[in-house]
Amino acid sequence: MKPAAFAYLAPTTLAEALEMIDRIGDDGKILAGGQSLVPAMNFRLARPGTLVDINGVAGLSGISGDSARGISIGALTRHAAFHTPPFSGPLADLLAKVVRNIAHYPIRQRGTFGGSLSHADPASEWCLVTATLGATLHIASLTGTREVAAADFFRGTFTTALQPSEILVRIDLPPLGAGWGTGFYEFSRRKGDFALAMALTALRIEGGTIREARLGVGGVADRALRLAKTEAFLVGQPAHAETFAAAAAMAQDSIDVSEDIHAGADYRRDLLGTVIRRALAEAAA
Amino acid sequence: MVSVSLTVNGKAVTREVEDRTLLVGFLRETLGLTGTHVGCDTSQCGACVVHVDGVAVKSCTMLAAQADGCAVLTIEGLAQGDQLHPVQAAFREHHGLQCGFCTPGMIMAAVDIIRRHGPGIDETTIRHELEGNICRCTGYHNIVKAVKAAAEQSGGMAEAAE
Repeated sequence: MKPAAFAYLAPTTLAEALEMIDRIGDDGKILAGGQSLVPAMNFRLARPGTLVDINGVAGLSGISGDSARGISIGALTRHAAFHTPPFSGPLADLLAKVVRNIAHYPIRQRGTFGGSLSHADPASEWCLVTATLGATLHIASLTGTREVAAADFFRGTFTTALQPSEILVRIDLPPLGAGWGTGFYEFSRRKGDFALAMALTALRIEGGTIREARLGVGGVADRALRLAKTEAFLVGQPAHAETFAAAAAMAQDSIDVSEDIHAGADYRRDLLGTVIRRALAEAAA
Repeated sequence: MVSVSLTVNGKAVTREVEDRTLLVGFLRETLGLTGTHVGCDTSQCGACVVHVDGVAVKSCTMLAAQADGCAVLTIEGLAQGDQLHPVQAAFREHHGLQCGFCTPGMIMAAVDIIRRHGPGIDETTIRHELEGNICRCTGYHNIVKAVKAAAEQSGGMAEAAE
């Protein structure tokens, strides 16, 4: 047996699931796609006493809305649902681009959008999407539902605002309608590996001038970072390579990049500049 | 203990297993279907790929309990008696294996890839689609050739095998 022993519970309603996790407290873990949790359990890095499997809970998956109005994503929606989003426009194009960088096809059939956010890996693509676009997260508990902005949700590596008695149930992404261009660039050593650096951006350009900008980076710090100062710098600038280089330099100066076995700080800072320039150029193309 | 009822390669099975039983452990140890391999325990290597309700997944990160009520297809379920599945035959024909450890996962992934992309799939797409399957003999060249050949001569055979 690979994982340590645990009790398995499979609620079929949200109320039942919330009652279970409230009762179990710290010793329990919610099982969604299991593509990070189960490997951690196989290595016994995680040893929850009880697993509450929410895959059978009705009403937690699905995507509604469109690029012009913004979308709602059920927390249990699989990554694979974004291979061909059920809507069109810039937001759909961006999510379809991003999803191809999440692990591999069989993993994307199991892993979920909400699970990825709740796990809060610093190199998670969906964490970067929600942080950069300013998503609103809907979190349920026995006492009701609260809304948390993505900016307040991520607290650090594998750490979020979620309490043991809470379940992330829905994520709202704001509109990215006509006139926006999007860019995403990720660098990893092998396809499907965790990003050593990645950048995500959306630009609204009129007559060659940037009118609105969203820019965020992931894999370079303890959480995905939205670069508000660099966004402010981009607005009003001409959409060309010199602007993008200046924006990249600004981000490189402002972020205290992380260092680990996969990449030293200098190398990662260099990558950071490259991924930002490439993402911005793609959004402007 | 948890009771799990599912169909494996078309046969209905019901077993009582420990809650912590992984699907791959259920297949290999409970049912004795050792064709599905365990390489990494972390969903990275793809040796454990099986189909659950027609979709390729990694069985080392799914619990047996989660497959309750599902239809599971493993490498043992592909051949019709002595008649190899066309993807298996193509792997033999094009020498798409050396040590064979990754082969069951490669073939199960390939059957799903061909089902989704059809006979016209190109080499680049095959290589991208096989990103989740690692061959440590570095035999990708012949594996890709085998998948392409199987796709070309198929034209819908993968659906029939499901």
